[in-house]
Amino acid sequence: MTSLADTQPQALNFECETGNYHTFCPISCVAWLYQKIEDSFFLVIGTKTCGYFLQNAMGVMIFAEPRYAMAELEEGDISAQLNDYEELKRLCLQVKRDRNPSVIVWIGTCTTEIIKMDLEGLAPKLEAEIGIPIVVARANGLDYAFTQGEDTVLAAMVQKCPEKAVPQEKEERGNSLQKLLNFGRKQEEVKAEESAYHDHPPLVLFGSLPDPVVTQLTLELKKQGIKVSGWLPAKRFTELPVIEEGYYVAGVNPFLSRTATTLMRRRKCKLIGAPFPIGPDGTRLWLEKICSVLGITPTGLAEREAQIWANLEDYLQLIRGKSVFFMGDNLLEVSLARFLIRCGMTCPEIGIPYMDKRYQAAELALLEQTCHEMGVPTPKIVEKPDNYNQIERIKALDIDLVITGMAHANPLEARGINTKWSVEFTFAQIHGFSNARDILELVTRPLRRNHALKDLGWNQLVREEAQV
Amino acid sequence: MKLAYWMYAGPAHIGTLRIASSFKNVHGIMHAPLGDDYFNVMRSMLERERDFTPVTTSVVDRHVLARGSQEKVVDNITRKDGEEHPDLIVLTPTCTSSILQEDLQNFVTRASLSTQADVILADVNHYRVNELQAADRTLEQIVQFYLAKARAEGEIPDRTATPSVNILGMTTLGFHNQHDCTELKKLMADLGITVNEVIPANASVHNLKRLPQAWFNLVPYREVGLMAARYLETEFGMPYVDIAPMGVVETARCIRKIQQILNQGGASVDYEEFINTQTVHVSQAAWFSRSIDCQNLTGKKAVVYGDNTHAVAMTKILSREMGIKVVWAGTYCKYDGDWFRDQVKDYCDDVLITDDHAQVGDAIARVEPAAIFGTQMERHVGKRLNIPCGVIAAPVHIQNFPVGYRPFLGYEGTNQICDLVYNSFTLGMEDHLLEFFGGHDTKEVIHKGISAESDLTWTAEGLTELNKIPGFVRGKVKRNTEKFARDRGISEITVETLYAAKEAVGA
Repeated sequence: MTSLADTQPQALNFECETGNYHTFCPISCVAWLYQKIEDSFFLVIGTKTCGYFLQNAMGVMIFAEPRYAMAELEEGDISAQLNDYEELKRLCLQVKRDRNPSVIVWIGTCTTEIIKMDLEGLAPKLEAEIGIPIVVARANGLDYAFTQGEDTVLAAMVQKCPEKAVPQEKEERGNSLQKLLNFGRKQEEVKAEESAYHDHPPLVLFGSLPDPVVTQLTLELKKQGIKVSGWLPAKRFTELPVIEEGYYVAGVNPFLSRTATTLMRRRKCKLIGAPFPIGPDGTRLWLEKICSVLGITPTGLAEREAQIWANLEDYLQLIRGKSVFFMGDNLLEVSLARFLIRCGMTCPEIGIPYMDKRYQAAELALLEQTCHEMGVPTPKIVEKPDNYNQIERIKALDIDLVITGMAHANPLEARGINTKWSVEFTFAQIHGFSNARDILELVTRPLRRNHALKDLGWNQLVREEAQV
Repeated sequence: MKLAYWMYAGPAHIGTLRIASSFKNVHGIMHAPLGDDYFNVMRSMLERERDFTPVTTSVVDRHVLARGSQEKVVDNITRKDGEEHPDLIVLTPTCTSSILQEDLQNFVTRASLSTQADVILADVNHYRVNELQAADRTLEQIVQFYLAKARAEGEIPDRTATPSVNILGMTTLGFHNQHDCTELKKLMADLGITVNEVIPANASVHNLKRLPQAWFNLVPYREVGLMAARYLETEFGMPYVDIAPMGVVETARCIRKIQQILNQGGASVDYEEFINTQTVHVSQAAWFSRSIDCQNLTGKKAVVYGDNTHAVAMTKILSREMGIKVVWAGTYCKYDGDWFRDQVKDYCDDVLITDDHAQVGDAIARVEPAAIFGTQMERHVGKRLNIPCGVIAAPVHIQNFPVGYRPFLGYEGTNQICDLVYNSFTLGMEDHLLEFFGGHDTKEVIHKGISAESDLTWTAEGLTELNKIPGFVRGKVKRNTEKFARDRGISEITVETLYAAKEAVGA
């Protein structure tokens, strides 16, 4: 035990439990990726179980004619009485006819893994035959959790990014395109805009974010004179960024370790390892790290951060000194915990499905530093948590706020424990300076609501559990 | 392989879990990969369940793929036994374990040697049966298991002195099941029949041995409970009633069948007076059919689609009790299609048996009915085609798990169905009249945006960015941004201004 006076930073404590925890299946990534990549079509090759999950998890989106479908495997597919190639060809031609997408993404599932369907082998052949690019991502529940699904898709997309910038001889076309993009502005204006940037090596960011957040982060970098050459994924598959050897890349989300690895190993990019731009503290360090790697002196970031914190004060008052417990299901946990500790909360445990200590190195270092600076004990980081044990610990520790999946939220609330549904953090806009308030809006909502109800005297809404 | 966007009935394991988690103190263990425990989310969210859903996963991961589950499943069963002390643990296979072909029965046998709880393996094949068939089979299996046990111990009780009934097939996540259950208990009380057991909802497996002491079984839903009822008939000579008491005529038919069974069993009951009083005075449905309201519905076109129980009953109600023309009636219970066809053949022009939502949608578009009675999917088709829809069957959303009392069965059920039908049609009618007369408010809306009187301009990029903001908050964001700009003397609003304003107002 370290005493409070002990100024030695405690090292982070990592544990690994049984992996009996609740999370979404990684195929859920199609829900946000088909919306992000507007000309894509996602074909999930799996069973009724996969379809049932997507149908229910996506709720009303299903009715909006989504650009995704199940290729539902039947008994004949499992026993190989049907030919995989012919079956996939038939369905993909149907998709091509009905939707005409620019890319078809095949999502491999547990079933395709078990019956060893060679999707990576079939794709190039079929691609050539039907004339639509096919990207294969094995986003299955045997290997991955929830947001890692996006990681497998983006890692596969890296391979489809153009390798060379548009060559000079195509200048004519490039110019007219440029003119179009510049909305007919005069050449001088465009030049002036170009000069707003420092001369630095190309930078490509990776991670799927809603368009407004892409704009915000791009503008933050622009203020530092940094130009974002491209973003993986772009709004359209046909606009995937050029990635040449030696480009710099930076991730915006903590669950993108395969994508990072692929960019480094297969495309010879240089990864900027930084904390993630979640919370004003994370955003500032993310920007500073990018600046320092590109040899640029950042300006105005300290004031910017301070101003954001000042705007958060009303929310901070609600959570200061309170404890938060992450049960773990989406890999955003470390970044969120780091931000909330900076906000003045304590955090005894961060559950997380999978911890890549190299990809998250800077984030982990910042977490440790934040705990040290805030004078609170470092959290225990529990990889592959065991939900049953966690609930025992939550009861023992008397936690003020539990961030958890929907399977546990209502039962915990009925036992008088405040909860926030974790999936909301993956769909809400939480990146950059501007969205720090949105994170706290989510975090404080149960506290504000339950504060309003507290005098009514019905906190325990389950009958006393029988002691066997 | 088939291209599928939407399914009406879920995979088999959902059915097994619905049965397991309906019982008290029964724990389901799924042999499944991470993420297949979505059932817990649905139950916690849709049923607004206060307790933890008694379902855990014995996770199938890469190691299991390489070496088999080995001790893992057995360990998970014994662990749950120690932690939760359930009466019964149901090992639930999924699509994944179906292909792995592990000897799950062997795990069950081994585990049950060291557990206090009974352990069984759900006898369902993912690729052969759907959610409903699996639920039916699992309920039968559990009933069989405990009755075999009771029989071996010589614990089968005698028939009760006075008439009594078991109600079979009330489950968690069933469409309005909770309310139906209350209504049926009330009906039985009114008929002077003791409710012996209701299964599986809130039942204890220890009480299953008491099932044979009832005089008969009531199976309100075609989909779940029939197999158990047939088993009890074969083994214990218990008669059963499988007429869903939904609608005035069918409720009467159900009660008359009960009367017949009880009188054959030695009681002497006459329910005719009861049926008459309820029909004329308690239920408003009979009166509703005579009223001018209902007269206006005569000959209006409707289509009906859902599970067997609800689609059949609804078709009969619309056609027989309200004089509405059912153009076609359909079901997604393909495995039981003959029964459906037989039931509705006199009450509709056409029958549609399919589980392809596109085919259902096309059939709706083709006949342009005045109202649709279907599932949530048909409700959305209705929205697109501007046709009102009453939801009568699963799959359903959270709004179909009302906290207010909304049975579909029994005499109160007939009242609820009247409202549902009438509201669906009048809404459609009102809408039509509004359109005819040009809407509620024909005056043009005067735009009150502050920008109308200001000299503020938005850059093209700023405006594009503004338009990315969801419509329902866009107006507010626009006003806030312009106020921010005005306060600071900014005349041209760019993307930067938009986000600076967001940070400043903290919204």
